Amino acid sequence: MINASLTALRRALDDKQISSVELAGLFLDRIEAHNPVLNAFITIDRDGALAAAGDADARIARGAAGPLTGIPLAHKDVFCTEGVLTTCGSKMLANFVSPYDAHVVTLIKAAGAVSLGKTNMDEFAMGSSNENSHFGPARNPWNTAHVPGGSSGGSAAAVASRLVPIATGTDTGGSVRQPAAFTGVTGIKPTYGVVSRYGMIAYASSLDQGGAFGASAEDCALLLSAMTGFDARDSTSLERPPQDYAAALAPVAGAGDKPLAGLRIGLPREFFAEGMSDEVRAAVDAALDQYRALGATTVEVSLPNAKLAIPAYYVIAPAEASSNLSRFDGVRYGHRAADYGDLNDMYCKSRAEGFGAEVKRRILVGTYVLSHGYYDAYYLQAQKLRRLIAEDFRRALGECDVIAGPTTPTTAWALGAMGDDPVQMYLADIYTIAVNLAGLPGLSHPCGFGAGSLPIGLQLIGNYFAEGTLLATAHQYQQATDWHQRRPAVAGV
Amino acid sequence: MSRSDWEVVIGLEVHAQLNTTSKIFSGSSIAFGAEPNVQASAVDIALPGVLPVLNRGVVERAIRLGLALGSHIAPKSVFARKNYFYPDLPKGYQISQFELPVVQGGTITILVGDGDKSYEKTVRLTRAHLEEDAGKSLHEDFHGMTGIDLNRAGTPLLEIVSEPDMRSSAEAVAYARALHALVRWIDICDGNMQEGSFRCDANVSVRKRGAEQFGTRREVKNLNSFRFLQQAIDYEVQWQIATIEDGGSIQQATVLFDPDTGETRMMRSKEDAHDYRYFPDPDLLPLVISPEWIARVRSEMPELPVAMKARFIAELGLSAYDATTLTASKEMASYYQATVDAAGAASAAQVPKLCANWVMGDLAARLNKAELDIAASPVTPAQLAGLVTRIADNTISNAIAKKVFEALWTGEGASADEIIDKQGLKQVTDSGAIEGLIDEVLAANQKSVEEFRAGKEKAFNALVGQVMKASKGKASPAQVNELLRKKLGG
Repeated sequence: MINASLTALRRALDDKQISSVELAGLFLDRIEAHNPVLNAFITIDRDGALAAAGDADARIARGAAGPLTGIPLAHKDVFCTEGVLTTCGSKMLANFVSPYDAHVVTLIKAAGAVSLGKTNMDEFAMGSSNENSHFGPARNPWNTAHVPGGSSGGSAAAVASRLVPIATGTDTGGSVRQPAAFTGVTGIKPTYGVVSRYGMIAYASSLDQGGAFGASAEDCALLLSAMTGFDARDSTSLERPPQDYAAALAPVAGAGDKPLAGLRIGLPREFFAEGMSDEVRAAVDAALDQYRALGATTVEVSLPNAKLAIPAYYVIAPAEASSNLSRFDGVRYGHRAADYGDLNDMYCKSRAEGFGAEVKRRILVGTYVLSHGYYDAYYLQAQKLRRLIAEDFRRALGECDVIAGPTTPTTAWALGAMGDDPVQMYLADIYTIAVNLAGLPGLSHPCGFGAGSLPIGLQLIGNYFAEGTLLATAHQYQQATDWHQRRPAVAGV
Repeated sequence: MSRSDWEVVIGLEVHAQLNTTSKIFSGSSIAFGAEPNVQASAVDIALPGVLPVLNRGVVERAIRLGLALGSHIAPKSVFARKNYFYPDLPKGYQISQFELPVVQGGTITILVGDGDKSYEKTVRLTRAHLEEDAGKSLHEDFHGMTGIDLNRAGTPLLEIVSEPDMRSSAEAVAYARALHALVRWIDICDGNMQEGSFRCDANVSVRKRGAEQFGTRREVKNLNSFRFLQQAIDYEVQWQIATIEDGGSIQQATVLFDPDTGETRMMRSKEDAHDYRYFPDPDLLPLVISPEWIARVRSEMPELPVAMKARFIAELGLSAYDATTLTASKEMASYYQATVDAAGAASAAQVPKLCANWVMGDLAARLNKAELDIAASPVTPAQLAGLVTRIADNTISNAIAKKVFEALWTGEGASADEIIDKQGLKQVTDSGAIEGLIDEVLAANQKSVEEFRAGKEKAFNALVGQVMKASKGKASPAQVNELLRKKLGG
């Protein structure tokens, strides 16, 4: 059961081979057994999960089950969950219990899925390794001396080690795709506006987007279908009819052994130039050969401004973050310093104690780039770069159907390997960040392994609302390969 | 140097609270006076993860103001975050509009002063932008701590900014009054100054008469009555002049007015000014207003004071002063219009003017004495119209009309006709009856008759008075005049 696809779990639940309560118990036991090593979860909600599983069983018995009814999952701790701790990986919110559910949480509850707990993450989603969590780093199940990536590292590690079949995440500059690549799972970040941000604790509002982790594109499709939908409480939520991404996975009838015939895959010259490690290049090249074998053609495209994505991102995201995180002032909720003098002292001490180093760094940078006299030179300039980058993609996607390349330049690094140089870690997001700046959907699927059995991911980037195309493309790849079925030994899968 | 060597320059920023049911970015009520924090939702208290959603009604009100001021209504405007820390600002930023406000430019014509000395002036508007109010910090009653009430947080405001066009406190007050009347007229703000629904910040500077450059300004914050506005500006002006004349210079600053002392005191200098780090709010899309939306709002707008004033002059033959006075508030204008309408089209030509005199004169005075708003007048427009009609058709004299008005005020009768009838106040126009009274008066006042004949015109007036008295005021004064002169002359 623990290795089963969602489709198989669905069948097992519907055929009463296993109850939802049993299934939840199975995964909860795994979490409790392996979390001390993997640290993938910040909160394990056994009672809540078993109650929800009971409800799901009743619903299944009524014959009213949907695709996710009774399926265990976990939420990244950035999503507010009523009555359950929501820390955002920070000391600032280490005591925060939300009085309301995020829209995504509401939708998934309504679908009947069973949340087992909240997963570890870089503090306020700022980081690429999960090392910035107040609750300690989550570990990469393929090698626990290595990072699982970030910021949604806990969700990725949990899915990779089968502590849970699927999990939610968020992606501001690669925070779903990069940890998916590092842990050998599939992860998708949809078009900006497809998943409501209501109840998702904001890091950089114009870039944040909820996403899904699963063992396969098919599992991601099922989860993403349940997460999307218009939400009037989010002004950037797009009003579109409900999507069934799973139904769109099947190839065109009669495609035979060339299910991707006609698909044009664009390869950005800049992504294949330098910076990528040899083992990543080899795995990506092999995956592209596989795509060609499935009928796709490849064409070189260019994203000349992609190299500007990191500087643009590290102006825009901190700027928004510096403002978004102002509400954490110790006045109404969250951490407040024990001893303080006047109001200003209370603010300073509470925030100094409540925020970690990376969060402080980004608040400082963001405050600086928005300040009087610097706004034009930094923030406005970065917004112009953002438009140029989006324009590059528009042009490239006029010449191809999807763009492919590496998700990350290297496999997961060892904990602490990045040392004290934050810029080195920022550069590791070179392939993912531009996608957020453009608001496009992106997906990472496993395509091989590097040294030390560390997974390698391939990134697919699509046009606006092309989530279905990305999932269907990855699905066809996964029909012909088994990288996504490989499991790490650590959790005894 | 004398005071007249200085020119005063004033610009006003008015915060008008919009009279929507709910807040600008959440569904919470904005009703005044609720228990602290009961009207504060997850969005208002800025829980993690919450997002703002713009209230459509707020935008409609901004459009109304823009239309009323003849402003440019921006097809695209942008909400920005104004960042600063304060306990009653839950998000750590206020959502406002900065570079691209929804209402741009426009003018308003004001009437400064009373009667003959009054003059009109057109004041230019810079902009009006939408923003949310902060909560309230309560420093009393908490024993050295501060209480926070977030009921007001997120209340919709329209900040209306004028050009520095006012040249005296009287002009500033006239402008504030005109704007106050207008926002109530177009029903976007209840104008309740005590509850803070309409508050003014005054930017005040002085310069030598004839100087081209403006002087350095100081901003007096949060004036919530017209009287305080006037007092604060007057104090600030004399303080600034005295400071400069003593060899000092004015430093840009924000000051507060203390109504108890009548003085202003510094709140913060320019050096302490916040860097608000404005940037477009990524949680809100640009506000796009289509021409169709503007057209629809325009079609729902009431007749504006400017148009009504012009109509009163052109169609009802009122003077410019009367028309301006009557359109100074929506309530007075509607009362006047209703009175004229009730008096009817068939009425005499002087009726609109008579109605104007009564509304601006006796009614206004009586309301003032009773401290009542015109909307709460015990005398209804229909009743006043009935009264005016009887003056116009000579049923009663002006003097009797005052009696009838008082009777209507105190509720002694449902209509002027009923009171005239019941109290027998109908003007006596029967010449026979009047001549009889004249004869009696002449017989009893031979001395006055002789004085008149000796050329004393005053004696004639005394005799008229006697006749009127004898008629208990019911005789037509004009008729008495005429008949008496005939008798004495004959």
